[in-house]
Amino acid sequence: MRHLLSTHDLDRDNAISILDIAEDMASFGHRDVKKLPALRGKAVVNLFYEDSTRTRTSFEAAEKRLSADVINFSAKGSSVSKGESLKDTAQTLDAMGIDAVVIRHGSSGAPHLLAHSGWIDVPVINAGDGTHEHPTQALLDAFTMRKKIYGEDSRGKDLSGVRVCIVGDILHSRVARSNIWLLSTLGASVDIVAPITLLPHSIGAWPVRVWHSLDDALASGCDVVMMLRIQAERMTHAYFPNAREYGRFWGLTAQRYRRLNSETIIMHPGPMNRGLEISSEAADSPQSLILEQVSNGVFVRMSVLYSLLTGAKGQLA
Amino acid sequence: MSATLLQSDDVTRALTRIAHEILEGNKGSSNLVLLGIPTRGVHLARRIAGILERIDGDTQIPVGSLDVTMYRDDLMSNPMRESALTQVPVDIDGKTVVLVDDVLYSGRTVRAALDALTDVGRPAIVRLAVLVDRGHRELPIRADYVGKNVPSARGERVNVRLSEIDGDDVVSVTSGGDA
Repeated sequence: MRHLLSTHDLDRDNAISILDIAEDMASFGHRDVKKLPALRGKAVVNLFYEDSTRTRTSFEAAEKRLSADVINFSAKGSSVSKGESLKDTAQTLDAMGIDAVVIRHGSSGAPHLLAHSGWIDVPVINAGDGTHEHPTQALLDAFTMRKKIYGEDSRGKDLSGVRVCIVGDILHSRVARSNIWLLSTLGASVDIVAPITLLPHSIGAWPVRVWHSLDDALASGCDVVMMLRIQAERMTHAYFPNAREYGRFWGLTAQRYRRLNSETIIMHPGPMNRGLEISSEAADSPQSLILEQVSNGVFVRMSVLYSLLTGAKGQLA
Repeated sequence: MSATLLQSDDVTRALTRIAHEILEGNKGSSNLVLLGIPTRGVHLARRIAGILERIDGDTQIPVGSLDVTMYRDDLMSNPMRESALTQVPVDIDGKTVVLVDDVLYSGRTVRAALDALTDVGRPAIVRLAVLVDRGHRELPIRADYVGKNVPSARGERVNVRLSEIDGDDVVSVTSGGDA
């Protein structure tokens, strides 16, 4: 594995290896000295063309805990706002001598272009591209589910037999896409719950079951309910009449939360729109793993960085 | 070609002797913590702790695992290594920590273990116990307790099999192509 661009090209062994190494990273998370020397002397650039607080902070924490040197590059207030192309930015960074790029970009496929264009010759990690993929989010979601289900015995396990219901704006969601591929690879079954206006045309080709009623889907018994954020910045058309109606039909309201089985896991990639797609009662409940997702994000990103940045060039474990 | 160096009984005898030597050096079992280096070192540490507890009656010896993967100096020159769990069950500050590994060779793993240990705490004393010392040190490191000294050629491979993982206890040496 040279880059992490999508979960679609991650096979089961690679995925489980990343999750297992993340377990080991988590075992260092509680002690006084959290730093590990594994990436000492390596420079990692966080190249963020889109606003992001949690993903960038999480990557930065992961890089620092592995002792890498962190270079943050955000498009705002940089040469990009002066019109510099991705190619020139990449080549400039390369000329400075960097060892990996973490990229978030508003255009789907930008990380792929960066990895395969020949402009730079370092591992590329996709931290979210347009409406395409967000692989580290899916990995941390899978890690969080596995840890909740298997606890200390998580190592080596996949998610066979687990039923995950993903609810909301599938059309624009890179989190949903990455999760669908990864969860399927790990043996889970994926149900999609969304209004028809927020589904992509290609949904028939995906390994999922589709529901158009949240109440029906929840009544059928989901082990995990993953609520997606309504992304105001992408709501450029009339996908649904108004926010209140969306919340009533597609939100995890307090009433729906109370009808859930007490074992059902509630997840959300954040940031949440409380009162829209998820009620505070559900988000702050003991069944919610939303904060665990954030903690685990650091461990999973450490694992990805370790897996891509160590090892002799050209030798794959 | 493979030659057997230690059979199951020999392994048990070696570990029993190491346990006695630890007790002698430490003047009893107080303040002892055993940390195995994954994977086989952890099982050896558990066995030594079991023997110590049988010899010394009702004391319980804390046993943990100390993974050194993140501290290795060869991460960039070998294929990516899978890491293992670090689990230190007690506060090691002021304790006598005995590191346990299966084979002592270049000394680089132990060097990494000493660095890893520094990030966990500050033991009063650190000792090293190994089942096999095969020589060829590249760093100024020596073991305090050795099950068996095995003079070997660099091209040879020393294989340690333990019943917990491999089904039986055998230590053997295999001659490499250029040995």
